[in-house]
Amino acid sequence: MSSSTDLEIINVIKRFGSYNAVDGVSFSVAQGEFFSILGPSGCGKTTLMRMIAGFEDPTSGDIRIREKSMIGVPANRRPVNMVFQSLALFPMMSVGENVAYGLTCRGVSRAEADKRATRMLERVGLKGFGDRRVTALSGGQRQRVAIARCLVLEPTLVLLDEPLGALDLKLREHMKIELKQLQAMFNTTFVYITHDQSEALVMSDRIAVMNQGHFEQVGSPRELYNNPQTPFVASFVGETNRWSGETASASGDAVTIRLPSGATVQGKGQAGKAQSLCFVRPEAIALGTDQASLGNAANRFEGRVSAVLFDGANSSLLIDAPGFEKPARAVLPQAGPLAGIGVGAPIHFGWATDSMKVFAA
Amino acid sequence: MKPAQRLTLFLLMAPAILWLGLLIILPHVEILILSFSERVAPRVYQFGLGNYLEFFTEPLYWRTFARTAIMSILVTACTLVLAFPIALYIARVAQGRLKAMLLLMCLLPFWVSELVRTLGWMILLRETGVVSYVLQSIGLASQPVELLYNDGAVILGLVYGGLLFMIVPLANALESLEPSVVEAGFDLGGSRWTVLRRIVIPHAMPGIVAGSIIVFMLTVGNFATPVLLGGKNGLWFTEQIYAQFITRFNWPQGAAFGMLLLMLSSIIVWAGLRLSGQSLGTTLRQA
Amino acid sequence: MMTKRAGLKLATAFAALMVAGTAHAAEKLRLLTWADYAPKDVVEQFTKETGIEVEITLSNNEEMISKLRATQGAGFDLVQPSQDRIAGPQAEFGIYKPIDLSKLKSDLFIGSMLEATKKNTTIDGKVYGVPHIWGTDGLIVNTKAAPAVADYNDLCAAAVAGKSSFRAKRPALIAFAFANGMDPFAAYKDVKAYAALMDKVGAKLQECKKNVKFFWDGKDQLLNALRSGEVVAAMAWDTGGWKLNSENPDIKFIAPKSGALGWVDTFALPAKGRNDDAAYKWINFNMRPEIAAKVAAAAGNFTASNGADKLMQGKLKDQFAESFPKAAIDNIKWYPAVPAGLEEIEGKVLDRLKAGS
Repeated sequence: MSSSTDLEIINVIKRFGSYNAVDGVSFSVAQGEFFSILGPSGCGKTTLMRMIAGFEDPTSGDIRIREKSMIGVPANRRPVNMVFQSLALFPMMSVGENVAYGLTCRGVSRAEADKRATRMLERVGLKGFGDRRVTALSGGQRQRVAIARCLVLEPTLVLLDEPLGALDLKLREHMKIELKQLQAMFNTTFVYITHDQSEALVMSDRIAVMNQGHFEQVGSPRELYNNPQTPFVASFVGETNRWSGETASASGDAVTIRLPSGATVQGKGQAGKAQSLCFVRPEAIALGTDQASLGNAANRFEGRVSAVLFDGANSSLLIDAPGFEKPARAVLPQAGPLAGIGVGAPIHFGWATDSMKVFAA
Repeated sequence: MKPAQRLTLFLLMAPAILWLGLLIILPHVEILILSFSERVAPRVYQFGLGNYLEFFTEPLYWRTFARTAIMSILVTACTLVLAFPIALYIARVAQGRLKAMLLLMCLLPFWVSELVRTLGWMILLRETGVVSYVLQSIGLASQPVELLYNDGAVILGLVYGGLLFMIVPLANALESLEPSVVEAGFDLGGSRWTVLRRIVIPHAMPGIVAGSIIVFMLTVGNFATPVLLGGKNGLWFTEQIYAQFITRFNWPQGAAFGMLLLMLSSIIVWAGLRLSGQSLGTTLRQA
Repeated sequence: MMTKRAGLKLATAFAALMVAGTAHAAEKLRLLTWADYAPKDVVEQFTKETGIEVEITLSNNEEMISKLRATQGAGFDLVQPSQDRIAGPQAEFGIYKPIDLSKLKSDLFIGSMLEATKKNTTIDGKVYGVPHIWGTDGLIVNTKAAPAVADYNDLCAAAVAGKSSFRAKRPALIAFAFANGMDPFAAYKDVKAYAALMDKVGAKLQECKKNVKFFWDGKDQLLNALRSGEVVAAMAWDTGGWKLNSENPDIKFIAPKSGALGWVDTFALPAKGRNDDAAYKWINFNMRPEIAAKVAAAAGNFTASNGADKLMQGKLKDQFAESFPKAAIDNIKWYPAVPAGLEEIEGKVLDRLKAGS
């Protein structure tokens, strides 16, 4: 892996006054990888990215691109290009000039730069747009110009700073797929910054979850989703039910937790000495009209439907059950026998021991 | 519209219309008419183009005219070059109180009249003045240096007087430039110079044009600064107009000169707008 | 600049409205004059004696005429142009009205001066001006730094290179004409000859220009430059020279070899003056020897008042005596009235002088 490593971050710290915005982060990104950094706003992901781009200098640590340290290399000399959150297209230039800009900065002749820019625009599906004003483009087209402007330079690394944030939902869904395809087509290494876990999960090969200046966990989307290593990852990545309670007993990774009302639940993980947190995905909760239909799930409860959240294939139920401080959320399959269930209806629900992750509180 | 409403509107507009009509349009029309009258005998005048012909046939006048225009363009250019970094600093670096203070400092000289500002320069620049004294005392000059009464002093004084009017529209224009656009310019490989030339300056163009027009107009129409700081060779066109009206008692000639100055300003402003590809509308908004 | 005329008109209109409202409140004399010609104590005494208030506006020859021209002679009740600036502008613009000599006490004036001024300001048999203050244009020289300067041409000598000055106005043209053996006053009648003469003078001044530090404009500007030594010789008014002489005996006012230029400032009535009686009262009051002496002292010049010289302080007399030996007095060139149209010719020569390099 090290031979094809495009980006290597080694124990980078960025301090603003006494505040550590980035607190000892290390990771590496392989050639051609789509790597996302996912975290809430203020977690330090933007600072980290600005350091990679060269707009900020790390307080300590090293940033290497293809084995070469970037410390002291100004932004305009790094083989890194960035797609800004606001896209930052040059409004004073035409679409073609925007794409050719970087080439002319490198001393490529005007004619050659224009030729390459035209070809690049064709590849991103903007054939014939070269002479348009950037202000005359739709959101998705602007997005593509911003990416084309980077890719035409054939950079080692493209940084993307939540570029989909400004788009409406439908377009955003579409652009997720398009970005992934573009990345695959050019086989360029992408480092993608976002606070939207669905963007990260859909596009990334690997994701780093960042919180308060450090990485909580780095892994594939599936790993993060199924095997969160910290309570933060468990709650930040994907929908989940979260309850807290006392640790009743623990042997190995099998844990029993007593909820405040006295009900007990069983799960797997590292329980705390006294208090623990339990996480269960909504889709891991089985529903049934009677207890028998839940089979042999270790945790079985009975409650009443308090709300039906209809959202097509993503529909879910909120269930009030004695013993739970918060209603339980469960996926409601629209193809199953419970599809027509209404508020107030009694319901049985349960989940397997393996489906519940337990962490120390 | 009901008659009562119309009357109200008329009354509301009246001061503005009176102001425009009586103090701006009417005098100009009068000057225009005056500029076409020629003296044939004491107290006898007739219509004619003689005053304009005089301007074109007498090299003295159009040379002064050309000199004024060229110097004004030079002053405008110098002001722009000097104001740009200041405006850039105010708009993009300075924050909060510092920003307000910097703008205030630019404004400060305008609390006193133009005459006083010019006299201030005279005190600094004259042979027995402050600058000459300092140069001598630090050994850079062995005898008193005369820095006054030359074109340099005039340009200095005019640039000083125009600076604020350049900085404000420039800072306005530069403030609206998104920081990420500048960063993108660097990120894609642009040097400082490339970013300045291809991104910052094009973005600031409306401000540049607005500031330049204001400074040019102020400069070309200035009177006190060239008269007081200028040398024995430095005749400004406004002095010609003053001389025709006041010392020569030749109002028609002065009126013709005035009209020509108005035309010069308009033509140069128009040419500047064309060259920079700006429209008067966007420029006025920027100013 | 452009709106000056309309502005003046408007201002006059407003002034007229306001005066109309308060016409009977207090009688007023609106005087357009030179600096120092109406000292405060003299004005106060006049108001005490007559009950007439005096409203003073300061100006110079050209501006006086321009102001009156803008209003066709309205806005002031009494003006004080030089005697050579009455006949020409009157013929051209009609801005003055004749003076009723019967209302003036002619024995208060120095007889010869009154006669000369009357002659110069008479049009169609009517007199338009009477003399008030007179003085000369000559050379102010720092005799230590520039001992050789004795005539206007010496301002162009290498000895005072970069340290001489004169005003780029008509007195300089006249002075250098005399200094170079021409008689401009004799050429006044013949416009063509005058133009040719002025072209020669212009060429001479053009040549001299490299010597000049600046063309002075305001009196204080010149006096400061002479005090500091930035200028060591200049063509200027006698009064300034004597003032500097009191501060520094090395600086003297010298009557040039080719002759000092004599000027007389007058009293004249604007065509649309409203209070002629007050104007006549002011003239008579001012020509009283004791008053004239005060005014002359304030202005630093001499007065046309008969007998005032006896009341004047010794200092100015001594300075005059030093500057003007008998021969120099006889050699003073008194300005005759400027015929209309000559300013045009002079103006162009001066413009060329200022513009050329």
